[in-house]
Amino acid sequence: MALERLERLDRRWLFLVLGLLVLGPLLWPLNLPIEPSRPSRQFNDAIASLPEGCTVLMSCDYDPASRPELVPMTKTALRQLWRKHCKVVVTVLWNGGPAIVDQTIEETADEFRARGEKLVDGVDYVNLGYKAGNEAVMVLMGQGIKSTFPLDQHRHDTSTLPILRNVTNYSSFPLLVNISAGYPGTKEWVQQVNSRFHLPMISGCTAVSVPEYYPYLQAGQLRGLLAGMAGAAEYEQLQGERGLATHGMDAQSLAHLFVALCILLGNVVLWSRRGGRA
Amino acid sequence: MRREIPLLLTAVIGGIMIASFFVPHEWASVPADYLQQCAVIVVAFGYVLGGANVFRVNLDAIFKRHRDWPYKLVLVAGLLVTLILGLFVDRARFQDPGTPSLWIYDHLYVPMNATMFALLAFFIASAAFRAFRIRSAEAALLAVAALIVMLGRVPAGDAMLRAIVDHAGVPHAIRAWRISDLQQWIMDVPQNAAKRAILIGAAMGVMATGLRVILGIERAYLGGGD
Amino acid sequence: MGACVVAVLAAAVLSGVPPALAAAPAVADSVPAPQPASGLLFSDVPNDAGRAIDLHWALSPDDSVRNGRVVGYRLERAPSPAGPWAPVDSVGAGTSTTTDGSVERNTPYFYRVSACGPGGVTPSGACAGPAIARSSWFNTTRASVLAFTVLFFLLVLYYMFLAQTGRKPFVRRLAGIDAIEEAIGRATEMGRPVLYVPGIQDIDDIQTVAGLVILESVARMTARYGTPIRVPVAYPIPFTIAQEVVRSAYLQGGVPDAYDPNSVSFVSPEQFAYVAAVTGIMLRDRPAAHVFMGSFYGESLMLAETGFETGAIQIAGTANVPQLPFFVVACDYTLIGEELFAASAYLSGDARLIGGLKGADVLKVAIVAVVIVGCVLETLGHHGLTVWMQTQ
Repeated sequence: MALERLERLDRRWLFLVLGLLVLGPLLWPLNLPIEPSRPSRQFNDAIASLPEGCTVLMSCDYDPASRPELVPMTKTALRQLWRKHCKVVVTVLWNGGPAIVDQTIEETADEFRARGEKLVDGVDYVNLGYKAGNEAVMVLMGQGIKSTFPLDQHRHDTSTLPILRNVTNYSSFPLLVNISAGYPGTKEWVQQVNSRFHLPMISGCTAVSVPEYYPYLQAGQLRGLLAGMAGAAEYEQLQGERGLATHGMDAQSLAHLFVALCILLGNVVLWSRRGGRA
Repeated sequence: MRREIPLLLTAVIGGIMIASFFVPHEWASVPADYLQQCAVIVVAFGYVLGGANVFRVNLDAIFKRHRDWPYKLVLVAGLLVTLILGLFVDRARFQDPGTPSLWIYDHLYVPMNATMFALLAFFIASAAFRAFRIRSAEAALLAVAALIVMLGRVPAGDAMLRAIVDHAGVPHAIRAWRISDLQQWIMDVPQNAAKRAILIGAAMGVMATGLRVILGIERAYLGGGD
Repeated sequence: MGACVVAVLAAAVLSGVPPALAAAPAVADSVPAPQPASGLLFSDVPNDAGRAIDLHWALSPDDSVRNGRVVGYRLERAPSPAGPWAPVDSVGAGTSTTTDGSVERNTPYFYRVSACGPGGVTPSGACAGPAIARSSWFNTTRASVLAFTVLFFLLVLYYMFLAQTGRKPFVRRLAGIDAIEEAIGRATEMGRPVLYVPGIQDIDDIQTVAGLVILESVARMTARYGTPIRVPVAYPIPFTIAQEVVRSAYLQGGVPDAYDPNSVSFVSPEQFAYVAAVTGIMLRDRPAAHVFMGSFYGESLMLAETGFETGAIQIAGTANVPQLPFFVVACDYTLIGEELFAASAYLSGDARLIGGLKGADVLKVAIVAVVIVGCVLETLGHHGLTVWMQTQ
């Protein structure tokens, strides 16, 4: 009888339970311990090994849909880079992304300004903004960053910006930090930039994309990989922070447990039906 | 000529792009770079055609009072408002702080985009309950791997396993088990191997389709029959 | 006089020097100027379009012993030994190589290197040149890719030719492709339309091309059976192609009046706006058959689950591997990876296209053989094959 009800269960009950399981830990944190994985450590170490004061290229290829997974890792990466006094040149290849990326950069920079550390747009960082063209933009940047982006997100002439004075093309950067939600993203950067211009690269991406990038990590084309919100939480752990991703892991843990339970319950229903017929 | 010219263009441009991958010389790389920039411009013009179609289809439905025409009115109004604000009001200050375009972005676009993506979690739960049924050995293997990876990716997986095995009297080798290590191995080894195999196969398909298009053997995308 | 020249030079070039090197005072009484670097050598970077020159020099003796007198090196470039000199790069202490990637091809340049430190800047005294960057005609590191590409083309063309002469190769049936006609027949019986989704990417994704090719076959079937078809498209250029494909299919089917110009519509390139529109079509128009053929991303499960709830028969095909599990779970039939690209050959029955499938399969066997041989060679410590196959 119970199994029959389960078989005919309206899926909206599943939605309700899942919603409550996600909401609960956000209000009452469980503080589950987080153990950083090897790809996350590699991501962290790649930035840690950069020389102080160098200029790094960061491509933030996402839009607001991926905010919970990718904005925390963007902020943590910016903090780690700015603690090393590195300068950050940011590009955006998703047309829905420039505003949210700009907000993310400014929010993180404001944290440093609140502590009395000066971070100036155009000197310590620059958001070059969005340019249409996907892989074509990546190839064009190999010929010249300033020629590809004559104006930055705030319409300043890039040829006059101090941060870009010594920047010509990819050879001016020791590392590319790519935060991506899909296409164009990590795969295209590996194919067009890492393999052609040999720019060392690390990536943070949404969890659904991660399996696609593991071959690149194993081949050494990616020097580090953050996998979704779990990767972002591990990265925060390595940096000694408790940010949005860490807070979200409790909710994600319960959600995963619930989905696992759904798989098991669905099969219990199937097997009981088969057993009933036998 | 209506089909021959596009086929000829496809063959020539496809040949130049292939050549530019192997020939770094400026005789190949300069035309290839130029063609890529042309592609960006052509795509941008395509949005004019697309926008015109949106207006035509939806205005037609509104005037003829098709079912659900109020929603189409909302669509057209939203499109017009965003377009006018971006082109004529904010212009060079598009999405700058304090502008109406940024207000639309922050209060409409961001929440709607995030909401739609968030729905995916509910669909996963629904699909997991309804469709993930173990009817064969392969499906069982898939289910076990899915459970291990799902639990291994979150702290709760290791916490649960520790609660089960971390007791006095249990051998240390077992107490050191971690589901996250098993998950990492699945991602590093069997998943990687399968992924590479599918990628190689898909790459063969991409090359074959590309070759057929460049040689003009595949012409369906031109329309108009053989 | 010499000190003045050095001081003026130092001031002139320091304007282009990174802060670390520019912060060094021109002269410090307590720390002597570093000894000069030497042995500056240049070479044209191979396999490029003549836009880069490699530079290499011997470290300053002070750098070699790490006595703190050297902070870094400054590279300068001029069109002739007499100048005018302009800085092109600065590197830190301990670095003896760099690449100047801002040169014009076929133009001679002269280079000099200066050691910089807290005690001052010491030029090497000699310059190296003329260095000329030239375009290469062939990227030798991609020889392996060219070999496999040529082999692939030859195999495909060979089997296409064989198929045309009557020796059509055997190809196994794909349930998903066979099910397309069955699904359209079901929609016809129920008097409901067919929904065709050619992916959410633009025409530069070859999966979109494959999806539009399959659309031609599907549109021919719907024209023949008189079944309405709905084709929402995400990007403008695939939209215009889809319009032309569907219109032509009805024209060739002899029923041009049955063609509905509104059956193909442009929706939005925005991923979730597109999903909202397509799921709206599913829930309102209740198509009896859903065909998803092309490139899909995170919205794949949303489309498939919503479609399941409407009771439609669903056939999907994509080469985006992360989305395959969602389609496999939620759809009735799924074409995996290259099966999407093979579908057009199956549906058309064209001998040349089917011959092409055989050519691709033969190359896959060759790749498997190379992988096995490569693994054995690597295990035995022979790296020649691996080195040959590494590309740049």
